[in-house]
Amino acid sequence: MSEAKKQEARKIPYVAAIKEGVREVLLEQDNSFVAGEDVAGAGGVFGHYGGLLQEFGPDRVYDTPISEKAIMGLGVGASATGCRPIVDIMFIDFIGECMDEIANQMAKMRYMFGGNATLPVTIITMSGGGLSMAAQHSQCLEAWLAHLPGVKVVCPSNAYDAKGMTIAAARDDNPVFVVFNKASLGMSMEVPEGAYEVPIGKAAICREGSDLTIVAISRMVHEAMAAADQLKDLGLDVEVIDARSVQPFDTETVIKSIKKTHRALIVHEAVKFGGIGGEISAQIQEQAFDYLDAPVMRVGAPFCPVPFSPVLEEIYIPNADTIVAKVKDTLEL
Amino acid sequence: MAKKIKAKKQAAKAPAAKNKKPAANNKKPAAKAKIAAARKKPAVKTTASRKSTPKKTRKRSGPSDQTLKELHLKMVRIRCFEEAGGQMMEDGKIPGALHLYVGEEAIAAGVMQHLSNEDQITSTHRGHGHLVAKGGEFKPMFAELLGRSTGYCGGKGGSMHISNLELGMLGANGIVGGGPPIAMGAAFSNKFRKTKNVTISFFGDGASNEGSVHEAANMAALYKLPCIFVCENNGYGEYTSQANHQAIVDVADRAAGYGMPGVIVDGMDVMAVYEAAGEAIERARNGGGPTLLECKTYRYYDHVGMRGMGMSYRTDEEVEAWRKRDAIAGFEQRLIELGVMNRKQVDSIYTRINNEIEEAIAYAFDSPHPEPHELLENVYCEKGA
Ligand SMILES: Cc1ncc(C[n+]2csc(CCOP(=O)(O)OP(=O)(O)O)c2C)c(N)n1
Ligand SMILES: [Mg+2]
Repeated sequence: MSEAKKQEARKIPYVAAIKEGVREVLLEQDNSFVAGEDVAGAGGVFGHYGGLLQEFGPDRVYDTPISEKAIMGLGVGASATGCRPIVDIMFIDFIGECMDEIANQMAKMRYMFGGNATLPVTIITMSGGGLSMAAQHSQCLEAWLAHLPGVKVVCPSNAYDAKGMTIAAARDDNPVFVVFNKASLGMSMEVPEGAYEVPIGKAAICREGSDLTIVAISRMVHEAMAAADQLKDLGLDVEVIDARSVQPFDTETVIKSIKKTHRALIVHEAVKFGGIGGEISAQIQEQAFDYLDAPVMRVGAPFCPVPFSPVLEEIYIPNADTIVAKVKDTLEL
Repeated sequence: MAKKIKAKKQAAKAPAAKNKKPAANNKKPAAKAKIAAARKKPAVKTTASRKSTPKKTRKRSGPSDQTLKELHLKMVRIRCFEEAGGQMMEDGKIPGALHLYVGEEAIAAGVMQHLSNEDQITSTHRGHGHLVAKGGEFKPMFAELLGRSTGYCGGKGGSMHISNLELGMLGANGIVGGGPPIAMGAAFSNKFRKTKNVTISFFGDGASNEGSVHEAANMAALYKLPCIFVCENNGYGEYTSQANHQAIVDVADRAAGYGMPGVIVDGMDVMAVYEAAGEAIERARNGGGPTLLECKTYRYYDHVGMRGMGMSYRTDEEVEAWRKRDAIAGFEQRLIELGVMNRKQVDSIYTRINNEIEEAIAYAFDSPHPEPHELLENVYCEKGA
């Protein structure tokens, strides 16, 4: 938290922190605006834009038609020509509707044009399950985006980061996806007033330990922290790292930690196969193989869509218990 | 060329009550005012083919008493299902969210009356009504809403993915605009397999702004597919009014651009829907290609759940004005006047259906949750199956 101006700390929920971040951006950048489905009149279906229309007016906050491809195109075209748009895709699951705008236009324009285009666009979206919203409203698709050279992807796990990363994303001159987590919206913590940045591409060490490093993404950070408590009772001193940014990924912080702990586990809510965990695992083996005392472990969702049934969804989403079970199994504790 | 002329002609059938469509270069505020005015006055005229309320009681021309009773029953079944399900959601007994179809029953009933199980539909996030009208049974429906293994999808889909392929119901959909391309594909299949079956794609006014809808409509018209695009225009996409999401008043105006007939109908009048859908379906079955049928309607409750009044994005007066034109109440009045049913018979239908619902809910609650091993089942089918 050193980068924050330590003004009077108040506890506010994640959802309010997002709004504060967006508000700071609108205050500081005259050529920024917010556009998305139900972001203006309704203040966002999750309430994370509440009051912004009233404060900044209809020239800064726009309700769009249900047209994700056009929304993303708005972000690309407007950012390439002098605006700093914040566009909203309500659920990350809807990203398929506009994937071409992202993958073939937004991500590649600068490169294809020989560096002649700059796209300072921020894309805000929500991911994650646990709310019985079934297969098309619960996914974690950050790996789809992180695979694309040309865009950045951050996944704030808490209210402090939610605000600081929104601001950092909007100040960045590249396209940045800020992937929030729906199930975390009500989680409160101390968040400074005013503008501050949480740097993109920098992981955070949430808990120091000496026996095992858990690298977690988004809400799984909290599960990892709970798992660390349980593992402590088994005599394992766990270090927990919040990846915060998956593209770019802070390999350095992770490698440094593993050179100390000699064991690594990566946990994310996304499907394990093809998830970011595979990439992180590979980087660890490439750069710290000689330091490893155990195979690199991964915990992620099984290879199936998110089930509606709350009973099945409970099994589907990784949690502290599944993390502990994985560690016990691999390390034969 | 002929296609285009036909489309124009059909579009001209649109009710006189609707002003001529705004020119493309219309100033937005004017268009908005017009839309707002149109929404405030729900009295929408319907297709030319719709007869005004018949005066004679016996010896009517048109649908049989049996058909009228079935239309009524379909609507009441939907209404009662939705009221019960909505209440359960509000009471926290149903996980996740329900999008209720209350107020829009006439559309599902009027369209589905023409279909067999071999005809398909694609539905929306507001999909229970479509399934009920397509012949969905209450027990597996409630069980699905509760995520139980006896549900239509074994508990894996829930409200937003409820489906039954045996009934030709290709699924509710969590993706707005997800249905039309699938419907077009099913209609292609109907033609390819040389059947006489049709596919209906239901979608909202909000969904009409998704590129997927335009692509599907264009291809359906090009291939002359037996596909009917039924736009359920309830004036809102979530909390955004039609005036704030498109610059046109009538979604059916777009039919000309696709090269298919566009028809506007009063979605609160089940007979009007029944007749307009009948024409479109008949044309499609006989190789005449797709139709865009826009039904002007209204959802009584909120986008999600049961709250209906006191919303900031619409006025209570607006809700009340539409409720006064309730499709079911109006149709019951008409059936009684026609002597098809009397009040007592009408009332007894509600009693019977509500009993059936009570039983279905009990059945659903008694049903088991899916077993853990089911989590990984049905991601793929077995090879050669
Ligand atoms: C691709 C996509 N974008 C956005 C949403 C969120 N969403 C769900 S329903 C809805 C409104 C749909 O409006 P309309 O098509 O008019 O149907 P109605 O709810 O009025 O029946 C929206 C925006 C979604 N589910 N899918
Ligand atoms: Mg609508």
